[in-house]
Amino acid sequence: MTTQQQPMPATGATQATGEPSPAPLSDGTAITGRSPARMAWRRIRRDKVTMAAFVITVLFILIALLAPVLTDITGWGPITPDGKAINPDTGNFPRGSLGGISLTHLLGVEPGTGYDLFARIVYGLRTSLFVGFASAVLSTVVGVVAGLAAGYSGGWVDSVLSRIMDVMLAFPQLLFIIALTPVIQNAMQTNDHGGTDENLRLLVLVLNIAVFAWAYTARLVRGQVLSLREREFVDAARIMSAGKWHILFRQLLPNLWAPVLISFALAVPQNITTEAALSYLGVGVIPPNPDWGALLSDASQFFLQDPMYLFVPGVLLLILVLALNLLGDGVRDALDPRAARG
Amino acid sequence: MSTTQPAAGEHLLEVSGLTKHFPIRRGIVFQRQIGAVHAVDGIDFTVGAGQSLGLVGESGCGKSTTGRLITRLLEPTAGKVVFDGEDITHTPENRMKEARRNLQMIFQDPYSSLNPRHTVGTIVETPMRLNDINPPQGHKKRAQELLETVGLNPEHYNRYPNEFSGGQRQRIGIARALALRPKLIVADEPVSALDVSIQAQIVNLLQDLQRELGIAFVFIAHDLAVVRHFCERVAVMYLGKIVEVADRQTLYTGPRHPYTHALLSAVPEADPDAVHRRERIRLAGDVPSPVDPPSGCRFRTRCWKAQERCATEEPPLVRLGGNAEGHLTACHFPEEPSVEARAEDIVLDPALTTLEDNASAAS
Repeated sequence: MTTQQQPMPATGATQATGEPSPAPLSDGTAITGRSPARMAWRRIRRDKVTMAAFVITVLFILIALLAPVLTDITGWGPITPDGKAINPDTGNFPRGSLGGISLTHLLGVEPGTGYDLFARIVYGLRTSLFVGFASAVLSTVVGVVAGLAAGYSGGWVDSVLSRIMDVMLAFPQLLFIIALTPVIQNAMQTNDHGGTDENLRLLVLVLNIAVFAWAYTARLVRGQVLSLREREFVDAARIMSAGKWHILFRQLLPNLWAPVLISFALAVPQNITTEAALSYLGVGVIPPNPDWGALLSDASQFFLQDPMYLFVPGVLLLILVLALNLLGDGVRDALDPRAARG
Repeated sequence: MSTTQPAAGEHLLEVSGLTKHFPIRRGIVFQRQIGAVHAVDGIDFTVGAGQSLGLVGESGCGKSTTGRLITRLLEPTAGKVVFDGEDITHTPENRMKEARRNLQMIFQDPYSSLNPRHTVGTIVETPMRLNDINPPQGHKKRAQELLETVGLNPEHYNRYPNEFSGGQRQRIGIARALALRPKLIVADEPVSALDVSIQAQIVNLLQDLQRELGIAFVFIAHDLAVVRHFCERVAVMYLGKIVEVADRQTLYTGPRHPYTHALLSAVPEADPDAVHRRERIRLAGDVPSPVDPPSGCRFRTRCWKAQERCATEEPPLVRLGGNAEGHLTACHFPEEPSVEARAEDIVLDPALTTLEDNASAAS
């Protein structure tokens, strides 16, 4: 840092010559401060692993968004069976090697049905990402509001909310969802065939995951608010007659972006895994609707005869979750550089 | 600088019998109060318009609590705070707006008193926006003027606090306090977190502002030298009570309360070879717990002049015989108004006594 001459203050107060000035001033250009967010972005840019994870994540999101376009190009939809690709003589296993990977079917075909695996994976990615992000958004919003309320109000509000959080965190989430999902779906049977509408199933899935995830965010935010509200800038705001809402949303919330963003980034892969696990167990998305968890469940029956069928969605799920986790870690390192790397 | 007292009724701030007890509770579900920390225990003082009053004392004597009671960051347990002719002791938060416009605060820690996610401009503008003050030149221009007033580059408007040093941050805090053109600023140890080299700059800045803008100050500090430089009147606190209050000259050269003598004697001498040696008083032990303060005079447990009467009768804060106008002392057996060296040093600390005896025996 360089020392620079500042203009004499109007009062003629002692000049702060001994103090380092933030940056040299070039003539004519307005000084804009580097905001904490911008500094975090610079740190991410310099982190190769995080940038790679970021690129992979963006790629996955693009593929999910462009799913209809991609399947139009290949010419096979997720539930269009290709009878020629499977061999009835071998028990409807794909013709050719590596699970029927060919120019027509880029990732092979599903044994038994003859569905194009590429189309099923591309559409399954939509489900995974939608459930992962939607439940993370929902749990984060609820968690932030509950955490702010508990941390700032204190007293009985805090006691009640904290006990609810403890209960939610102590719940056996997976067991509960497995038990509850059929009940909810039965109660909401809507479509003509007496089954549950696919969108409704997804909604139930998102709600179920979010219900058990918000408590993590809430507890994190509550802890942060408890320490932040003792800082003197909150007293300073009170002295300038700031109301409760101003203090909560203008003073405290901007300081919570970092931990909230980190918990969001780490919740997405967690939720994707949960969704896949639930679909694997048959309480999430059910075939013939495309989903990675359901694919893995189906593939596990044939993995001796057709290992590629298990391998392809398995590896893709691994890459997606790994990329999202690494991205989350990178975001945490960038936003909170002082936290030691685990 | 004049040390004359404003006549009664002209006081900007009048504090009487101000008390703050923090309850100590025990129990998980059914909490019961088992005691209280007597942080501030019935203090009276006044500050005239444009005047500066220093509050000094050891850590934990209640000076900061007093500052927070005046600005109503804390709710007083008892007593009265009259600011600008209005009793604000228990004014509800939503009607404090008017008073707070004229009553601002500068905080101790420049690192926690500025929101790290707000730009300097936002920090200085927020008080104006919250109080619907629309200066004719616009918020931004006014904020930049304020930055210039406190000696910062107005182009730093868009920067974040983390880009500034402690002294510069404290200047931002001062600009924020000035934004509402207050009549009184409570400065809670505004320089104790800063490097010594920066302290003088900040104190001089505050002094210039006080002179030019006519702002009254309640200046809380434990550094006697800083208070001597800044304040026209000084009040010495001990364990939640004011033990002595006087104008600067009188307090520093002719104190009457033994505790004031001890405090002044603890300030290191700039010139050890000075012709007039000062008295030497070394106290023993710690400040007693404010949960259960001593009866009578609170200083009696550490006072070398304490007698039976000090334990039974609390000395009132009054003008003693021989004291100047406005010089109040709370002591039954006051000292002579002088800080000259005595025939014999008062060393109450047994460790120090042993050490010095050994040293003299050896030599």
